[in-house]
Amino acid sequence: MWQARLSYLLRRFAHGLPIVLAIVVVNFFLVRLAPGDAATVLAGEAGAATAQYMEQIRAQFGLDQPLYVQFLSYMKNILVFDMGYSFRHGRTVASLIFERLWATLLLMGTAMAISTGIGVLLGALAARYDRKPLGFAIVLFAIVSYATPLFWVGLMLIIVFALNLGWFPTSGIATIGADTGGLGHVLDVAHHLVLPALTLSFFYMALYTRLMRASMLETLRMDFVTTARAKGVAEGRVVRRHVLRNAILPVLTMAGVQVSGMLGGSVIVESVFGWPGLGLLAFESLAARDLNLLLGIFFLSSLLVVATNALIDLAYTLVDPRIELAGRSKRND
Amino acid sequence: MTDGSARVWWRFLRNPGAMLGALILAGVVALAAAAPLLYPEGPFEMVGRPYAPPLSEFLLGTDMLGRDIAAGIAHGARISLLVGCVATLVIVLLGTLIGSLAGYFGGRVDSVLMRVTEFFQTVPSFIGAIVLVAILQPSLASVIGAIAIVSWAPLARLVRGEVISVRNREYVQSCVALGMGDARIILVQILPNVISTVVVAASLMVATAILFESGLSFLGLGDPNIMTWGFMIGAGRAAMRTAWWMVTIPGIAILLTVLAINLVGDGLNEALNPRLKQL
Repeated sequence: MWQARLSYLLRRFAHGLPIVLAIVVVNFFLVRLAPGDAATVLAGEAGAATAQYMEQIRAQFGLDQPLYVQFLSYMKNILVFDMGYSFRHGRTVASLIFERLWATLLLMGTAMAISTGIGVLLGALAARYDRKPLGFAIVLFAIVSYATPLFWVGLMLIIVFALNLGWFPTSGIATIGADTGGLGHVLDVAHHLVLPALTLSFFYMALYTRLMRASMLETLRMDFVTTARAKGVAEGRVVRRHVLRNAILPVLTMAGVQVSGMLGGSVIVESVFGWPGLGLLAFESLAARDLNLLLGIFFLSSLLVVATNALIDLAYTLVDPRIELAGRSKRND
Repeated sequence: MTDGSARVWWRFLRNPGAMLGALILAGVVALAAAAPLLYPEGPFEMVGRPYAPPLSEFLLGTDMLGRDIAAGIAHGARISLLVGCVATLVIVLLGTLIGSLAGYFGGRVDSVLMRVTEFFQTVPSFIGAIVLVAILQPSLASVIGAIAIVSWAPLARLVRGEVISVRNREYVQSCVALGMGDARIILVQILPNVISTVVVAASLMVATAILFESGLSFLGLGDPNIMTWGFMIGAGRAAMRTAWWMVTIPGIAILLTVLAINLVGDGLNEALNPRLKQL
């Protein structure tokens, strides 16, 4: 069985390959869309770049070569994750990105756990208490959260919980200069993580609440639920064993789709909270007009989406055994 | 007005959420329309002492340069609505065109167009928009263009699905048998049946586009000569410790506008597709 899973996973990755290729092509041509010489654009247009760096950029992108030669050398570089050099930071783009990646993954992972967990819970409660005060309150909360801009949520949380109440730090990932080490460091990071993770999960929590509620209400009307009730299964057990498991599938699908949206949200949340991940790096590269770095981040985040989509598909086959691994045509069971 | 559309209107008017949304939205539109009359000096004019709190000499206070926040809110409403509507218009045109071509012709056309659509759905849209605006230089047109380019794909997919479900109906087949042209069949026979789905999706897209624009201008990617709500929040951040109103008030404006549009969109959805009632 798990051989089939492996080959399925490989096939999913192969399916993602043309998309990755397309992203490389788009990246290559995006730079050429910019007004002016690509080298000056990439270098951050100001006169801050040295002549030596400009030469480096021209060499890396082969700007004096014919277009197809430029493209081939660009492809070759990208394949080994050579995304060039950031003059502003004095480092290679790849090393900058990989250094910042884990902070974003930590933030997104936490936000995803919070938003799906609370969203499923609230949505289930709202469906269970449909047309009652609790259900109405949850729906109202979801509708309002769904309309609130992320950065504003973050700023409001900072004003209330960091500036006025002083419960949480306003920014950063760890206390500067505090040499706590080990567990102390973990707790310190967790303390810094609370507000950014809540902010990022806010919108998605609302989304999953709405989705879970709709899906629960639909499942509750299904025949097999009526059958279970008719057999005398207790209501709590009907909800837990029969309804929840089926109702949760659309939420899982949506959570997979939303990875790409969350990456965008993390740019905003990280720049609000000074959380040193890819998003803050993107924000800094905007301020510095460091396009080369920005394009590197764009490329890596697209890769991240392709990879998570494949993984979510796999997770889906674990949750819902009805989904076929072998594909439509060959069925050998 | 036919009997059917009267029933649709009745369902919409009876929905308290939708009516509340329509009311708020009407207020925002009125404010946007009246902005040049209410604040003829424009949102960038320094009119009083900086850091004046709300309900002092100015209704909503002033920012750190002494600009009237109420003037910013009124003029910002114009930009939010403009960006929301124009971006949505472009999205609807693009999404409907690509979705209906893919759904109607099927086969190779479909698989090529869907591959393109899949690409645009995979690429992280907000980061894509940031990259586009950064490369094209921030301006109203580049912001609208970037939002449209990264957002049309889901609509194309939706339209494609609807077109496929209509394409094989008998009345469409009979038009084919009559020798009617493809363009005419799509425009006259198929799209009118898809329009209610598109209207609902588009109304919700206006809200998403407004949120998108506010995020971009918050990050400093707006047109520097235009006052927007997102820009006001981004600028007010620096004074957050002492002047909470500079970030709070424009945020409430965004929240109310987006909420109103979502409520109207949900109301339209329930009125047009009563059997699909979800929330």
